[in-house]
Amino acid sequence: MSKILEGLKYSESHEWVKAEGDIAVVGVSDFAQEEMGDITYVDLPEVDDEVTAGEEFGALESVKASSDLISPVSGTVVEVNADLEDAPEKVNEDAFGNWIIKVKMSDPSELDALLDAAAYKALIGE
Amino acid sequence: MKYYDKLVFELSKEGRTGYSLPVNKFPQAPELPVQLRRESPLRLPQVSEPDVVRHYTNLSQMNFGVDTGFYPLGSCTMKYNPKINEEMAALQGFAGLHPLMHAGLTKGALKVYQEMNKALAAITGMYAFTFDPCAGAHGELTGLMIMRQYHMNRGDLKRTKVIVPDSAHGTNPASAAVCGLEVVEVKSLENGRIDVEALKPLLTDEVAGIMMTNPNTLGLFETQIKEIAALVHAAGGLLYYDGANMNPLMGVVRPGDMGFDIMHLNLHKTFSTPHGGGGPGSGPVGVAKHLEDCLGEIRVSGFHGNFGVILRAYAYILSLGNQHIRKVGQYSVLSANYIKECLKDVYKLPIEGVCKHEFVFDGLVNDGAHDDVPGATTLDVAKRLLDYGFHAPTIYFPLLFHQALMIEPTETESLETLDSFIAVMRKIAAEAAEDPEILRQAPHNAPITRPDETMAARNPVLKYEW
Amino acid sequence: MANLPYLPHTQEDIRVMLEKIGVKKLEDLYSDVPSEFLKKGAYALPDALSEQQIRDYFASLEAMNAKLKVFVGAGAYDHYTPAVIPYIASRSEFLTAYTPYQCEISQGTLRYIFEYQSLMCELTGLDVSNASMYDGPTAAAEAMKMAVACARKKNRVLLSCALLPPVIKVVETYAKFHGVEIGYIPAPDGQTSPEALKAELAKDDVAGVIVPSVNRYGIVEDHTGFADAIHAEKGLLVEYCDPSTLAVVKTPGEWGADIAVGDGQSLGLPLCYGGPYVGFMTVKKEHMRKMPGRIVGQTVDKQGRRSFVLTLQAREQHIKREKATSNICSNESLMALWVTVYLSLMGPEGLKEVNRISADGAHYLYSELLKTGQFEEVFPGKPFLKEFVLRPKQFPGLMQQRLEKAGLFAALDTEEGYVSFCVTEKRTKEEIDLLVKTVKEG
Repeated sequence: MSKILEGLKYSESHEWVKAEGDIAVVGVSDFAQEEMGDITYVDLPEVDDEVTAGEEFGALESVKASSDLISPVSGTVVEVNADLEDAPEKVNEDAFGNWIIKVKMSDPSELDALLDAAAYKALIGE
Repeated sequence: MKYYDKLVFELSKEGRTGYSLPVNKFPQAPELPVQLRRESPLRLPQVSEPDVVRHYTNLSQMNFGVDTGFYPLGSCTMKYNPKINEEMAALQGFAGLHPLMHAGLTKGALKVYQEMNKALAAITGMYAFTFDPCAGAHGELTGLMIMRQYHMNRGDLKRTKVIVPDSAHGTNPASAAVCGLEVVEVKSLENGRIDVEALKPLLTDEVAGIMMTNPNTLGLFETQIKEIAALVHAAGGLLYYDGANMNPLMGVVRPGDMGFDIMHLNLHKTFSTPHGGGGPGSGPVGVAKHLEDCLGEIRVSGFHGNFGVILRAYAYILSLGNQHIRKVGQYSVLSANYIKECLKDVYKLPIEGVCKHEFVFDGLVNDGAHDDVPGATTLDVAKRLLDYGFHAPTIYFPLLFHQALMIEPTETESLETLDSFIAVMRKIAAEAAEDPEILRQAPHNAPITRPDETMAARNPVLKYEW
Repeated sequence: MANLPYLPHTQEDIRVMLEKIGVKKLEDLYSDVPSEFLKKGAYALPDALSEQQIRDYFASLEAMNAKLKVFVGAGAYDHYTPAVIPYIASRSEFLTAYTPYQCEISQGTLRYIFEYQSLMCELTGLDVSNASMYDGPTAAAEAMKMAVACARKKNRVLLSCALLPPVIKVVETYAKFHGVEIGYIPAPDGQTSPEALKAELAKDDVAGVIVPSVNRYGIVEDHTGFADAIHAEKGLLVEYCDPSTLAVVKTPGEWGADIAVGDGQSLGLPLCYGGPYVGFMTVKKEHMRKMPGRIVGQTVDKQGRRSFVLTLQAREQHIKREKATSNICSNESLMALWVTVYLSLMGPEGLKEVNRISADGAHYLYSELLKTGQFEEVFPGKPFLKEFVLRPKQFPGLMQQRLEKAGLFAALDTEEGYVSFCVTEKRTKEEIDLLVKTVKEG
């Protein structure tokens, strides 16, 4: 059974968001990393890239699959987790401890449309 | 097959040579200006000719080919590669032709193209072919370019979508994307055929056409093809035929007669040319008469396509002639149905009924899973087959089933070969039911055991470091 | 009608199989096909030929082709093929294998591709090679798409006018349908103009630039400053190369290129009327994940033994499907084996010697042709190796006919009205003297 952290927001495409002021810290859920299996590469955006809620900003790759990362919020990328470039396995090891991007949100109200932990738990059927 | 661990670089010794060149009788040309010269040392292997021959012979012995054993790789049509074809393609009068020689110097080569054009038109019911594409995917791309060009020539610029069934070969959507077309997926029905009702609302005036393979990747004939063709044409679109699955139709059904406007053939599948471990292939593209004008406008390779492959395919066609071509289609279908009927009690057959040249099982009926022991997957079945001297089927494709095993025997395998394959598949099914771990650890007898693919992708080592 | 020896089915076999399937006759296997689509009557094909008849017929076709000594290059070079290469490449285990999907029984293919990748990286001075592409022009087209994919927001790729004509045409075709804009850099004095390049770069929309290392006039180009200028605009530099010449000319890596592409035909492949050849592509490490095509990587098996697999597959068409930027799957694997065996045999000294003999022969021909008084220099003083152009003083048609009669294919017309010559190590001094004598007699 995969881990779900209380107090975070979740998207239906299995990203989590932690709001820190107008900055959204974005990663993928434990469920997502389990589904992917061994992650071999994290395709990251660049700092200053614009992201849009519901649109892809990067991808997770495994040996036989590529899965788009969908941004839960809109805004500008202010930081990417460069550690993941050389150590993609960190996402497998701790999906919540290893964020992927930080976004300066242009519309923090978009957070309200996301799922809370209970709703996400229901979504993945656990 | 035995494991051999050398790379050619590891045989190298300073000062050893493997070349034989003429004595240079010319005055010395001026040196290149310093800033245009290679600065870094040229580190190529320094090995003798016998070293090279032994090394590559040893490498070859870690390989499985059609000449080694049965190769039931679905959608790849791994039929026997006739040896006379190899000899014909190597004739100096063909191999020595420069591609820019004018027509007066290449009459024999041009005759081959003309006669191939006529033969393929006769076999497929298309009007004319271009031989420029070098592979099946290259043919798909070329065919889609022709499709777009046709609409452009008519000033119909908004047709930028192409409909692709969810069972399509993976290259279809990729080819469409490379050609600047947006892919619209149409679903399959429970019976594995295109859902015609789902297709209807997709046929807008933005649709350039539909890509289909018939029989489809489940090996099933699209029985409603006539209706589909009428609908697509009525909506102003064209029908593209992916010829990867042409083999069962050889001598029996012609794509042109079914209403297809554009198609490609894989000469390295249907027309018996060897696959070479991943090419060279050849993917000629045929069009109906109303698209002939679009052919000349598309230039997709340097010269005249893979002439050497075309020569082999032509020799094959001459050996078939009008008399034998029908047997190719019929016997390939016979073999596939025979295997299917002999195995469907131990492997899950999702869709009953007569198949064409290939069919798909959805994994084992009994995968041996119990208590804490995980069952054997399609991957495990595939790997266990290697132990018994067979190549594996195509696995995890099409994507419609989770444990897809796609089996295509071709017409060049004997009943005895099919029976021994069937016996082994049954034995593997029994092993899985009893002790799936045997399968999960397979192969046991191949040159290597299962490699660590995650490590290969996480820390790519893509060249020899020396 | 000749028998077809490739089908093992006896009548009894067919009966047994039909019975198991539960149908009466072969035609019943097509009961799902609407009867109107079942082909009636004979196909418009000739009668089946026996092996001997095929042999005789191909001999008659072969005899219709001219057998000439080749003094033309222009993207297809008549270098010598050592006997070992076709011998090795015709081994069934290599020839009749499919793409190495089942790595445990494909280590032979995977190992030679790994060697091929290593050799192409060494020749081009770049970090990562794919397992091959169709030919040089399509490799250039793939590089064009890759430049646009890397640049993201920019959508124009510049082509040097000194690239070979088929390269330009194929890139233009792909660009038209892929939605990429093409710009051109002229080469007025026989070399891609640095000034024109800088002017185009200033427009701030260039994703990549494709320039020839040795160009369509045979001239070895000077790309000093190109990489810096292009990188300053965040574009990619693509070098189009004849890989045989990279033994002696500055490598794409040394020029600071991001991508090298070209045709491996010059590394031991027969002319064969244009194919099969083998496109190559090598890139800097940072662009590895945007590279199209198959890639072989090293790993270990469960026992820790060195093993090879197809890797980084998440880039590829069968996983990316409609998000792929390339659709290539089958490539020219067997021709990559030809290249690998060729480079193994030639080694560093052999490949340099091929270049030396070819260049010495070409310069000898160049000076002898000028002495005939029938040609003028087009680009005096420009450095070349095995290939060059001259301007004929008269319409060259009759001269070309005389050359053909003498058994020589030479003096190819170019679009600019020049004639092009090429000399490889296969051409003897006697053949060159014959060429010059034939020209003189006109």
